[in-house]
Amino acid sequence: MRIALIGQPNCGKSTLFNQVAGYKAETGNFPGTTVTYTESKVRVMGEVVVVVDLPGTYSLAGTNPAEREVIKYLTSNDVDVVINVLDASHLSYGLTMTVELLELNIPMVIALNMMDEADRTGIRINVERLEGMLGTPIVPMIASKGRGIQPLFIKAYQIGQQKRLPSQPKYSYDLERYLEILRHDLEHVNSHLKPRALAIKLLEGDKEILQDVAKQEPKVLSTLKTLHDSLKHERGQTPEWVINGERSGLADNLAKAVIQQGKRHITFRDKLDDILLHPFFGYIFLILILYIFFELVYSFGGLLETPLMGLFTQVETWLLSFFDNATGFFPQITVALIQGVSGGVAIVLPYLVPFLIGLGILEDVGYLPRVAFLMDAFMHKIGLHGKSIVPFILGFGCNVPAIMSTRILEDKRERFISAALSTMVPCAARLSVVFGLVAFYLGPVVALAIYLFNMFVIALTARILSRIVPDESPGLILEMPVYRIPTGRTVFNKAWWRIREFIVEAWPLLIVGSVLLAILNYINVAQYMNALVRPLSWILGLPNEVGVPLIFGILRKELSLVMLGQALGSMEFGDVLTPVQMITYAVFVVFYIPCLATMVVIRKELGGKMMWQIVGMTTLIATLAGLLARGVAEMVF
Amino acid sequence: MLLLDAPKNRLVRIIRYRGGKGVGSKLRQLGLCPGREVKILRYAPLGGPVMVDAEGRSVAIGRGIASRVDVEVV
Repeated sequence: MRIALIGQPNCGKSTLFNQVAGYKAETGNFPGTTVTYTESKVRVMGEVVVVVDLPGTYSLAGTNPAEREVIKYLTSNDVDVVINVLDASHLSYGLTMTVELLELNIPMVIALNMMDEADRTGIRINVERLEGMLGTPIVPMIASKGRGIQPLFIKAYQIGQQKRLPSQPKYSYDLERYLEILRHDLEHVNSHLKPRALAIKLLEGDKEILQDVAKQEPKVLSTLKTLHDSLKHERGQTPEWVINGERSGLADNLAKAVIQQGKRHITFRDKLDDILLHPFFGYIFLILILYIFFELVYSFGGLLETPLMGLFTQVETWLLSFFDNATGFFPQITVALIQGVSGGVAIVLPYLVPFLIGLGILEDVGYLPRVAFLMDAFMHKIGLHGKSIVPFILGFGCNVPAIMSTRILEDKRERFISAALSTMVPCAARLSVVFGLVAFYLGPVVALAIYLFNMFVIALTARILSRIVPDESPGLILEMPVYRIPTGRTVFNKAWWRIREFIVEAWPLLIVGSVLLAILNYINVAQYMNALVRPLSWILGLPNEVGVPLIFGILRKELSLVMLGQALGSMEFGDVLTPVQMITYAVFVVFYIPCLATMVVIRKELGGKMMWQIVGMTTLIATLAGLLARGVAEMVF
Repeated sequence: MLLLDAPKNRLVRIIRYRGGKGVGSKLRQLGLCPGREVKILRYAPLGGPVMVDAEGRSVAIGRGIASRVDVEVV
């Protein structure tokens, strides 16, 4: 048996799924975090059933690809029963989609989730009455606390077994008459939708379904045209609006009939937005919250990095003592292996773990959409939307989750620009280059200047890109979720989910890259690589030897610092590089080609073409920015 | 009256949308359908979005969109 979960964004659907499936779906207090569907096997009443978590959608209109996929999936023969998750605290909105689901005429159970939230807002729901009016079983529950989950799945299992179909929503007399006429023409049409549902979708103007139907039954076209025109004439609205109006009207009436609005308890959470979104203090809090977040990440990471690195150095020395000649092939490979391992354990993980936990908290609390609200005006000034700020914030930790988070943007253009720009945000790895080289030798003020210069270049690039690819989307429409206190379990599970991704996908790459470098060094191909980069290093006034560290920096950004020492023959950078060279090098490293892990994610999320566009663009920007930095630095030093 | 010009913290009823189909369907999905009552909660400074309360649900709407929604005071 196959059970599909469906509901609007933020109704707690993924939370419910994770409760039954263990941690498999990413949850977040940000509308539309789940973009793909996840399946899991669960045991219900002694039988193994497959539970599918479908992406949250606000309707089943088929206006975007995700909604279309959801309808197709639901009406395919594979799904035995649908669980429609509703947010009890916002019943009338959720019911609009429930009405749409009823139209599809498939076995269905309603999970009335967030009963505690409804209680808090003083809403009392007459569940039995709603059950009677909808003709569908309803199970009240609180997914986040695990309450009501077992009865829900038992009910779903029974309904699936009985193949019990829900009763159909009744619309106004005239609309029903139109649907009946259209249905007559559709009797022999082969579709995954049932005739009545098909008639509704056709009248609503679904082009893809119409094409399919017209091929089988050409006379539908003329019937539809007549019905469309006369309905429009009678109601003074397009049929699409008529149907939507009927649905929301029905949902409103249902909600009115079963909801008893008691006294709303105004709590601290309701007042929170007055402070956090205040026109002045809101920004103070924004800066404060982000500052505390990064301060915690860096201090926690720094606390672990030094002793861990020390440990690995000891292991390295100890292992090398077994070899007679430390410059031989095997000792070099050993060193490379240890460096690959230590890069993951000592440099990446100490920052990644607290970063992901902190971010998970900010996400689950519901603060990130508020950041989008506060920053929308500023982002518009550089041609972007408020939502694009989220990938930028994430980018300071690691560009990989930043690219993933561009999923929250609907528009392809917005996604490309945000992804391209967030690869230029100096991540934790590049931070080590700026701090280890520039701050250490030239002072923190110069490092700060590089960060400010970086923001300036990003803003400038955003302006230019938004001119080249003009904006088509109308502007921000974003739901602000209710503030929630995150549970430790979901935050840790989510962090672990992403840490595992690093350990399995990126880390092996670091180790292999590190070993590969040792081999290349051993067989002396470094000089050819330097020659390859020479045109670039020459115009930037950098020594010939930076070629290898720059090429390997693409594998892992920390390598461009670690290997610079190897390449120049000294870790005392002050002796081998001039201040101007240090600044130019750091600026170039901050901007040039994203690391391999980031490129892989860009390819996965946005496609290979965009990946190469971003590679080309960042190389160009890095060169120009490097030249500018060189010029300015030569005037100062 | 436009939603953008609606007085703060006063219930207004949505009459219709002007402009693109995309805007209409997105607003509708978030429950801001014609006929429903909403309330402006706050404005983000410097031409930022407005925050609207729609039966207990908060929705941020860019000013460009808020100026394409006709409302009447209830």
